Amino acid sequence: MSASTQITYREACRQGLRDALLNDPKTFLMGEDIGRYGGCYAVTKGLLDEFGEERVRDTPLSESAYVGAGIGAALVGMRPIVEIMTVNFSLLALDQIINNAATIPHMSGGQFAVPLVIRIATGGGRRVAAQHSHSLEGWYAHIPGLRILAPAVLEDARFMLAAALADPNPVLIFEHVMLYNIEGELDPAVTSVDIAHAKVRRQGTDVTVIAYGNGLFKALTAADTMATEGIEAEVIDLRVLRPLDTATLLASVAKTRRCVIVDEGWRSGSLAAEIGMRIAEQAFFDLDAPLRRVCGREVPMPYAAHLEDAALPQPADIAAAARGLVRPA
Amino acid sequence: MPALGADMEAGTLVEWLIKPGDWVKRGDVVAVVETQKGAIEIEIFSEGVVSELVVPVGAKVPVGSLIARIGVPGEAPTPPVTAFPAAPPTPAPPPTTTPVATALPALRGGKITPAARRRAAELGIDPAGLLGTGVEGAVSVADVEAAAAHSAPVSLVALPPRRAGFDSAEMRKAIAAAMGRSKREIPHYYLSHTVDLGAALAWLAAFNDSQPVPNRLLPAVLLLKASALALREVPQLNGAYGDGGFKPGPGIHVGWAISLRGGGLIAPAIRDADTRSLPELMSVMRDLVQRARAGGLRSSELASSTVTVTSLGDRGAETVMGIIYPPQVALIGYGSIGSRPWVVGKRVKPRPLVTVSLAADHRVSDGHIGALLLIAIERLLQEPEKL
Amino acid sequence: MSDTETKSMIVELLSAIAPEGDFAALVGTEDLRETLDLDSMDFMNFVVALHERTGIDIPEADYPKLRTLDGAIAYLAR
Repeated sequence: MSASTQITYREACRQGLRDALLNDPKTFLMGEDIGRYGGCYAVTKGLLDEFGEERVRDTPLSESAYVGAGIGAALVGMRPIVEIMTVNFSLLALDQIINNAATIPHMSGGQFAVPLVIRIATGGGRRVAAQHSHSLEGWYAHIPGLRILAPAVLEDARFMLAAALADPNPVLIFEHVMLYNIEGELDPAVTSVDIAHAKVRRQGTDVTVIAYGNGLFKALTAADTMATEGIEAEVIDLRVLRPLDTATLLASVAKTRRCVIVDEGWRSGSLAAEIGMRIAEQAFFDLDAPLRRVCGREVPMPYAAHLEDAALPQPADIAAAARGLVRPA
Repeated sequence: MPALGADMEAGTLVEWLIKPGDWVKRGDVVAVVETQKGAIEIEIFSEGVVSELVVPVGAKVPVGSLIARIGVPGEAPTPPVTAFPAAPPTPAPPPTTTPVATALPALRGGKITPAARRRAAELGIDPAGLLGTGVEGAVSVADVEAAAAHSAPVSLVALPPRRAGFDSAEMRKAIAAAMGRSKREIPHYYLSHTVDLGAALAWLAAFNDSQPVPNRLLPAVLLLKASALALREVPQLNGAYGDGGFKPGPGIHVGWAISLRGGGLIAPAIRDADTRSLPELMSVMRDLVQRARAGGLRSSELASSTVTVTSLGDRGAETVMGIIYPPQVALIGYGSIGSRPWVVGKRVKPRPLVTVSLAADHRVSDGHIGALLLIAIERLLQEPEKL
Repeated sequence: MSDTETKSMIVELLSAIAPEGDFAALVGTEDLRETLDLDSMDFMNFVVALHERTGIDIPEADYPKLRTLDGAIAYLAR
């Protein structure tokens, strides 16, 4: 019937944005280089031509200004989808995001809503060194008032945006830069996704590996390696970093009794630390081994390719951590 | 073919317990080898998939020969399993970003995971004294379930059938070689000391009174634990002497001398004896005695002792002056416990006494150091509840 | 259990511990530890095996009563 649904992650994001612009006249896009240039990662290519300058707006080089403008637009009932080129630049808009977007509904006693969606590219691996390779979605997951999403698989890249737009509160969507080129089949049966639950991507019995974003695929690769050794890992895609779907994580740990958490962010005070603590608090008596995490090394991201690879979690690290819990030396 | 003693030159492969295609991990028993000391189970210290069994059953090969090939799946074959290290290697740190996990060696000391404790309660098993194979040496669910499957501790009514057992003439030759070498090369000095065991035996009687028969302790357990703890205070007597001089042992692994029926002596190691509880030590000792006599001792148990303790038991002579087992540097000997005259206050009274002796290598320690050990043992045995 | 059955049970348990012993020639009043060369570990294993087979909890103070074959049979008959 329909043509093959072979699609890239980039294209899935683009289709999500196109649907949003088609379905609701109140939606519009804002960001640096999203219009004429087609987007730093080519996600918004062609949308300016299709929808015009009112709906696809190139902004000045000032994150604080245009995120603030997006907050303002949302306050008066529009549905802006703001793109921040990378999480590295979002730091310039932190005050807007945390002190305005996340807080106005609370401070106004619910009189004002901020139905804002911000899309942010994140993560390392592109050899763009210390100031351009951060994974700070774990920081954002610390802030009450925000919902934080991390689409890893194609269905989530395609359909999380629609669910985010339906949320009356601010939602930040973190797209890992190494995922834009991944290609695969989009399941035609899936036409929407929730933005509340984590998902078990691979069933297993021996150890739970929790991951998100690019880390998910590294965890799945590690799981394949371990399967050849007779270790069956259960791999969970967090999907939603705030609020965390603790119930899914606890159910898995109750079954496997061992857990490794994968987080590209720096180890200290990472999202992995929060998840580990929740498991220790609520599943202590299910644990048959200490908790482990595989995180980014605590160094500013190196520029040299081999050093960047060494600074990031890799499948071999994940497999070693998990294997060490199942088959201690 | 591993070296299972300083003088072993060759071994006969009598049984393979793995086949090509099997996955093996560190600590797995892979073969049974016949030596002068009887049939010994060989453990492996690498990990991977068995690709080839090189030596057939029945072959006698020199120590150091290749006997099997183990490969990591998907990679070129790794170097073959050959000579056995003098002590089992400490685990290599995994290449992860988890520095806490890599820094800790496998610890003993009664760790148990929360899940294992729950499972033990469900199964009605006392987890104390179980050997742990989990992370950091913790008792894990698998260990509890294995203990449940084996039900009673060391039930001797059904001894496992003896494997190709030891030949006492061969064992005598091995002992002769080792002891001959020891007396030729090691300048022994000897110290002895008499210890009042009144407090220790009173405590033991009270403890045993409160325990069902299978959980009771023998006096030998107290002597063993006191010896191990005393060595913490005098580490110069715990280790090995080699070309580079004295090397302290990586832990206090006490070789416990067991005499075999029909003649013969073997001293398998009780690893980290200083960290184990008395019930755990008792259980380990019983297991070792059973396996020493019926076959089933493991290679790591024969090669990792850092000191030897020998006890004549209750029907032996008053004092034993032993011969050090190379490359160790000390041998602690206990005579039989008997009621003898002792001065208490200003009177002579009969007390249960034991004579503890130390044979030590004079290249490594002097009488003063040796005496410290015996004094420490005496002190530790006066407070049995702290052992 | 009759005395004969008790005796065969004791002999069975002891032969697991001291397989080379000459049980046919055992004299009832001899000290088993001497005749069969049992050390304290062997004797304890014998007591444990008795406990497992009969269910009787034998206090340490009673161990001397088990040192001869006749003594053990009499003790277990009670």
